[in-house]
Amino acid sequence: MTLFNKLLAAAAVGVLGVSGAVAQTELTVYTAVEAEDLKRYAETFNAEHPDININWVRDSTGIVTAKLLAEKNNPQADVVWGLAATSLLLLKSEGMLEAYAPAGVDKLDPKFVDNSTPPAWVGMDAWVASVCYNTVEAGKLGLPVPTSWKDLTDPVYKGHLIMPNPNSSGTGFLDVSSWLQMFGEEGGWAYMDALHENIARYTHSGSKPCKLAAAGEIPIGISFAFRGAKSKAAGAPLEIIVPSEGVGWDMEATAIVAGTANLEAAKTLVDWSITQKANEMYNTGYAVVAMPGVAKPVEHFPEGLLDAMIQNDFEWAANNRKAILAEWQKRYDAKSEPKS
Amino acid sequence: MTTTADMTASAPKGRPVRAKLGRDDFVMRGYMLMIAAYLVIALALPLYAMLSKSFSTYTFDLGAYEFQVSDEEGRFGAPPVSAEALNSELGAVAPDDLATSADGRLPATSFFPDFSFRSPVKYRIRGTDSDAVYLVGSERRTGTEWTELTSNDFRRVMLRPAAKRGFENYVTYFSTPALFRSIQNSLLIAVISTVITVSLAFCFAYALNRSCMRFKGLFRLIAVAPILVPSLLPGIALVYLFGNQGMIKGLLMGESIYGPIGIVIGSVFFTFPHAMIIITTALAIADARLYEAAVSLKASRWKTFWTVTIPGARYGLISAAFVVFNLVITDFGLPKVIGGQYNMLAVDIYKQVIGQQNFEMGAVVSVVLLVPAVIAFTVDRIVQKRQVALLSTRSVPYQPTPNSRFDWLCFAYCGLVAVFIVGLLAVCQYAALIKFWPYDLSLSLKNYAFDLMDGGGWDSYYNSIQMALLTAVIGTFVVFTGAYMVEKTRGFGTGRALFQLLAMLPMAIPGMVLGLAYIFFFNDPDNPLNPVYGTMAILVICTVTHFYTVSHLTAVTALKQMDTEFESVAASLKQPFYKLFTRVTVPVCLPSVLDISIYLFVNAMTTVSAVVFLYSPTTTLASVAVLNMDDAGDIAPAAAMGMMIFYTNAGARLLHVLISKRVLARTQAWRTR
Repeated sequence: MTLFNKLLAAAAVGVLGVSGAVAQTELTVYTAVEAEDLKRYAETFNAEHPDININWVRDSTGIVTAKLLAEKNNPQADVVWGLAATSLLLLKSEGMLEAYAPAGVDKLDPKFVDNSTPPAWVGMDAWVASVCYNTVEAGKLGLPVPTSWKDLTDPVYKGHLIMPNPNSSGTGFLDVSSWLQMFGEEGGWAYMDALHENIARYTHSGSKPCKLAAAGEIPIGISFAFRGAKSKAAGAPLEIIVPSEGVGWDMEATAIVAGTANLEAAKTLVDWSITQKANEMYNTGYAVVAMPGVAKPVEHFPEGLLDAMIQNDFEWAANNRKAILAEWQKRYDAKSEPKS
Repeated sequence: MTTTADMTASAPKGRPVRAKLGRDDFVMRGYMLMIAAYLVIALALPLYAMLSKSFSTYTFDLGAYEFQVSDEEGRFGAPPVSAEALNSELGAVAPDDLATSADGRLPATSFFPDFSFRSPVKYRIRGTDSDAVYLVGSERRTGTEWTELTSNDFRRVMLRPAAKRGFENYVTYFSTPALFRSIQNSLLIAVISTVITVSLAFCFAYALNRSCMRFKGLFRLIAVAPILVPSLLPGIALVYLFGNQGMIKGLLMGESIYGPIGIVIGSVFFTFPHAMIIITTALAIADARLYEAAVSLKASRWKTFWTVTIPGARYGLISAAFVVFNLVITDFGLPKVIGGQYNMLAVDIYKQVIGQQNFEMGAVVSVVLLVPAVIAFTVDRIVQKRQVALLSTRSVPYQPTPNSRFDWLCFAYCGLVAVFIVGLLAVCQYAALIKFWPYDLSLSLKNYAFDLMDGGGWDSYYNSIQMALLTAVIGTFVVFTGAYMVEKTRGFGTGRALFQLLAMLPMAIPGMVLGLAYIFFFNDPDNPLNPVYGTMAILVICTVTHFYTVSHLTAVTALKQMDTEFESVAASLKQPFYKLFTRVTVPVCLPSVLDISIYLFVNAMTTVSAVVFLYSPTTTLASVAVLNMDDAGDIAPAAAMGMMIFYTNAGARLLHVLISKRVLARTQAWRTR
């Protein structure tokens, strides 16, 4: 720690009127990382930087994004650590992020770094779409194991599928945007038309479909691999399927909020967030992390997940988000009758 | 003070005599104005902010952009041309499509039909004023300087909309079937639930009032239990009962619980106590003389029922109907949990704001939701005024006579209702204790590890208790003193009438609408009250305001029972009003004061709709945690947290009863000589 940083931290403490043995900088960090991981992240970071205290603001991706946008003219956050890149792109286009190239950014997979120089955000890990398949319930109903996205449009699955509503869930949007990228504009909507016939209902959150599949409420849930692996570890009779056409993905990323009063501490955190140690920390839950060569296989994660990740055009997804969601709502949300 | 009389006496002839205002009057009026100012700031101004937000639109201002296109060699010879000119020539974007939301983007290439990203042609873009915003990729650019781009980069240029004011949001709303169909859905569900709840509650209240069955006290206690839980808890219970892995899903005969059926059953559960209490009150004031008359006229029981009982309770029935209607149509938690694909207005607000970050459309839906809520509220107010007039001083209370067949029928019916209510709560408690439904039915406490759940945390439980206590204490103080000033201030008629109107308003405002209005108002950096945003204070302010009306009415009713002579006596004894207030008024009205505080406490524990937009990470609440844990799919922990709220509220109620008994024994002894 440099003398300057120490002075800065001490000054911050002086201003706040807090007196303690160790000079502390308080950082308000907005995040959508799962609650059970937050403590570990803060502890690992504090092992090296005990002088920076993280005040987590955690909520689901949609709520954190809404909160940040609502606070656009009066930002409360210093750093966003662990929010979907598509959300950060949205914030970037509103001019809300402080561009900063953290030390060692060149070591990351360029796919995980914003394409402006200096980058507005840097990636941490990827969360990848998957299908959660409850073997017990599917067996009872005589549902075959699907191997591709196209399989899911088979009428045999009618009423036995559940997926997140892209209007409220980042995971849902990731699915929709990946289908549109893989199958093309027309093919993608045709695919969703067919899939819609089989969907029991659309959930608000992205993790719920997999949890419902784990609980046998609906045998097949379109969700993400990380959630499926966790439920499987908790003892659910799940199989996590990677559809053969490829899977959509989004990454969790880190950025500094423009206008922060704690820029130095924020930079320290972002610098640390892309170190090898941090990447190893992300690897505990996520099979794909930003630094190449770090990731070890994660228990219960399906094989071939890495190769199945599509070439995701985040910029296209962010810039067409509104149009895609409006079209989706027009096609599927207007049908209000529940089907089962 | 002694000169007051002299001065009035020596006043010139012909001038109307007016009481001279003393210091007390000024203090009381001043205080009243203060509370009124609170209501204006906590209610009227936020609503105005929301209304104005609903008219804030986003449109692509094509006149604000200019393009220049080079030739194949990259030389810019042609004059700049505005997007507006290009569009009027090509008709690329229809005028209607220029209206968009805050997140709107319009590809610049729309104005160049023969655009190819491989072409060597270069493009320039600039704003004609410094406010015009466009994106190159995701990079935000503004300003009147030219930006020069290759064809390949130009395809990534997106125009951003400019903020304007107008009706476009409403036009968009009513031309989007997915949105406006919710109006029909909400009205339908509210009407069906109202009919069912009021019928069931009437029979229940009838049994309580007109039969001699046993266990009336117990039934009454069970019937009000749903007040103690958040409205989404019955939804969770229904998932466990009738979901695809439900315990008794066969009873639905293949119908899905996710949708109208679930919403109606849940709504009946959580609105039942409200209807039951209102109808019981209406039935209780029945005049026994009318029944005696009916008997002496040899009218059949059936005829007496239709000509005496129903007309006597009709205002209660109408009032109950509108209260239930209002509760159902503004409720958000239940349809969120069990509504499936069935869109309702209150959930639409949430989806627009949280899902799509479309605050403007959220404001539009809020305004739409205000309409039925305000109508229902107004009708209810008018009807309730008449109900009071029914009770005359000569009325004789009705005493039921034993009739074993009728009593057993009543007992069986109330038993069924009690099983329904206790059953749903028991299912939640059972689900909370199951390890992994339906695969591992062993009992465990792991669902209580809220800290490991997304959106949960034990902190939220403690926050809720803190919030409820603060709401109860501060709210009771504000409401009761406010009611005192408005009741006991002399003169100042217009001011008092306006205050009464302000105090009635909160009841007509759905919680979701209030919460959203608070975002717009308090999150505005130009607002000097901005620091309140994100604190416990805003939650308390919001909750006190949301439940102001009922508390205020309770206080006013209690104060009306006190003769104004007290004030006169105090004045003639030269005692300031605050001495009278603390020594006489408060002790006499203590039962009502305690009622208000428990009402505020219980509602602060269970409310979701008003606070769902306002909590911050350090002020998460238990009721919101139930919602968020369910949303993340952690349904059993959500049930566990819901039951924690129930036990806390039940405990608070019990404490309330005990305290009331003790305190009443001390302060109300004069009532029973």
